[in-house]
Amino acid sequence: MAPDTRPKLAVWKFASCDGCQLSLLNCEDELLQIAESIHIAYFPEATRAVVEGPYELSLVEGSITTPEDVTRIHEIRARSGTVVTIGACATAGGIQALRNWADVDEFRSIVYAHPEYLKTLDTSTPIASHIDVDYELRGCPVDKVQLVEVLAAFLNGRKPRIPTYSVCVECKLKGNVCVPVATGTPCLGPVTQAGCGALCPSFGRGCYGCFGPQDSANTEAMTRQLAELGMSNADIVRVYRTFNAGAPEFAAASDNVAAGGAP
Amino acid sequence: MTHQLKDGGQVMQVGMLARVEGEGGMHIEFKDGRVTDVKLNIFEPPRFYEGFLRGRKFTEPPDITARICGICPVAYQSASTEAMETICGAQTTPEIQEMRRLLYCGEWIESHALHIFMLHAPDFLGYEGAIEMAADHPDVVQMALRLKKAGNDLMTAVGGRAIHPVNVKVGGFYRMPMVAELQKLRPALAQGRDDALEAVALVAGFDFPEFEQEYTYVALRHPDRYPLERGTRIVTTTGLQVPVAEIPDHITEFHVAHSNALHASFDGQPYVVGPLARYSLNFDQLSPSTQEAALRAGLGETCRNPFKSIIVRTVELAYAFEEALRIIDGWHDGHPPSVPVAPREGEAIGASEAPRGLIWHRYRIDADGIITDAQIVPPTSQNQASIEADLRRAAEQWTDLDDHMLTHRCEEAIRNYDPCISCATHFLDLRVKRS
Repeated sequence: MAPDTRPKLAVWKFASCDGCQLSLLNCEDELLQIAESIHIAYFPEATRAVVEGPYELSLVEGSITTPEDVTRIHEIRARSGTVVTIGACATAGGIQALRNWADVDEFRSIVYAHPEYLKTLDTSTPIASHIDVDYELRGCPVDKVQLVEVLAAFLNGRKPRIPTYSVCVECKLKGNVCVPVATGTPCLGPVTQAGCGALCPSFGRGCYGCFGPQDSANTEAMTRQLAELGMSNADIVRVYRTFNAGAPEFAAASDNVAAGGAP
Repeated sequence: MTHQLKDGGQVMQVGMLARVEGEGGMHIEFKDGRVTDVKLNIFEPPRFYEGFLRGRKFTEPPDITARICGICPVAYQSASTEAMETICGAQTTPEIQEMRRLLYCGEWIESHALHIFMLHAPDFLGYEGAIEMAADHPDVVQMALRLKKAGNDLMTAVGGRAIHPVNVKVGGFYRMPMVAELQKLRPALAQGRDDALEAVALVAGFDFPEFEQEYTYVALRHPDRYPLERGTRIVTTTGLQVPVAEIPDHITEFHVAHSNALHASFDGQPYVVGPLARYSLNFDQLSPSTQEAALRAGLGETCRNPFKSIIVRTVELAYAFEEALRIIDGWHDGHPPSVPVAPREGEAIGASEAPRGLIWHRYRIDADGIITDAQIVPPTSQNQASIEADLRRAAEQWTDLDDHMLTHRCEEAIRNYDPCISCATHFLDLRVKRS
């Protein structure tokens, strides 16, 4: 038998909902073809089979929230050629990064009767805060077409073609009516990176920022606009602090409003 | 993996239990051929949802709690919207309820198809996973992918996307899908229904060990339909009927050292939620064709062998396809997508049947609609005690198997539950010790 020359893929999980790695299994039309080009060597959600590393490509889902996570992510870096983080938890700390603004001891005691059984850090941080990451794929969850693009780019030794412009561009391309202009609905589209296909505006709803900040997010103007549309400061803080709360631009914007700054 | 202990005991170990959602481990100790300790270790890190929901607005839980689980977000969206609407005294329309059921059918289809064919079937057919299985059973794997895709496409049409749908809100939906959009799904759903009904016989042909258990089953009950998006009360195989509002009077959560997921008991006793419970307590509510497929496949009106949960899931898969078709065929355009919901101080429970079983949320909000207390009880935490009990019985029943076979059997005993560890920690390193 000829030796297996396919690059080896590993899929790793940290604190997360499993949704981003599920996106790989959701590539129903592409999955078997992907498995022909890439050797799925470690993917516990899908298979018991474990092929030892090193791995040419590691996909990492989830954020760093425990002391063990910190050690494990360095081991993964050492055993991987290319590391791609997938989803808002891995790229920004996820919704669980809300602990970064809270008293974690209080959280432990709200949820668990014996907080002393738990070993957790006081923060939830993205993977790139701990190791060098080769590419970050945004989204809560990631878009599967973009995930396939990342795999194709890796196989062909090129950079992924993933836009970093705003959701507004996707709305215009789609011919959507602008929801804040037409209905006065607050929308984070102007500061949020494209990738979802402008989903929420397509359903008559304002964008809530699943893909994190776009490459030149003007959050000051955004904050003013949200206030003009009738949102209170507390509402504006909450809207920046969701699944990408830990992304620097959104974190700073929320801190600014919380401190009584703009608008 | 096996190693000897200094005291002459023995530990078998699997680094990470595969083909479950999330991460955790299992620990079994033997002394003199008897099982002395069983633990399901859930080391998936806690994310403290109940903590950071405090101070959020009552309109946010459908988006926030969806992120507890990428496989069953609609379960969280349904339970949280129902709880908030109950607190605020909002009455949704029958059409909104019907559309919620349709979205939930999509989730049952993608989740059940994933577990039946890609996570569970490899145990019975002797493969490490579905991709390895595809080489010898391409028809089965391709059918699985087709069925799963039909579920995901349904969720996309109704919810905007398959993972973390965007179209759900307290009070209903942002926009109702149009008849034309829904009718496009019809051919794949009709094919899915036919495939799933045939697959009932296929999975019923697998070899099942004798493993009937005396479980207490708990499931939602709805006056006139098989429970999915809501029910009016929970029912048990011990004959209790409890209105949804009184669930916390019977179900108590408690914290054990070896798990980051809270355990739960029903009136102090372990219990089981999920497809077996739902089926055994609601067989009469299934459609004639799914009842017939189940009986033809040799299932009784109740099922107490967890290894046969794969058959029950397939029956439910066929039912979800039928329900989706029924709703789509009866749909008309022009229904208001939502009802207004104004905040009101109070507390309530919302409950639904996630693919893995009963899920319930309890919220308290103040007059401004700010959440002051939240409790989320997903199916896998409720099933932990019974999973451990099954592991103990499996280890006792199959002590004579070699370590490799016994380890595999114990993993299967866990996978029977389709555990979702991401859900449970808002689990699996497998260890067996012998002395």
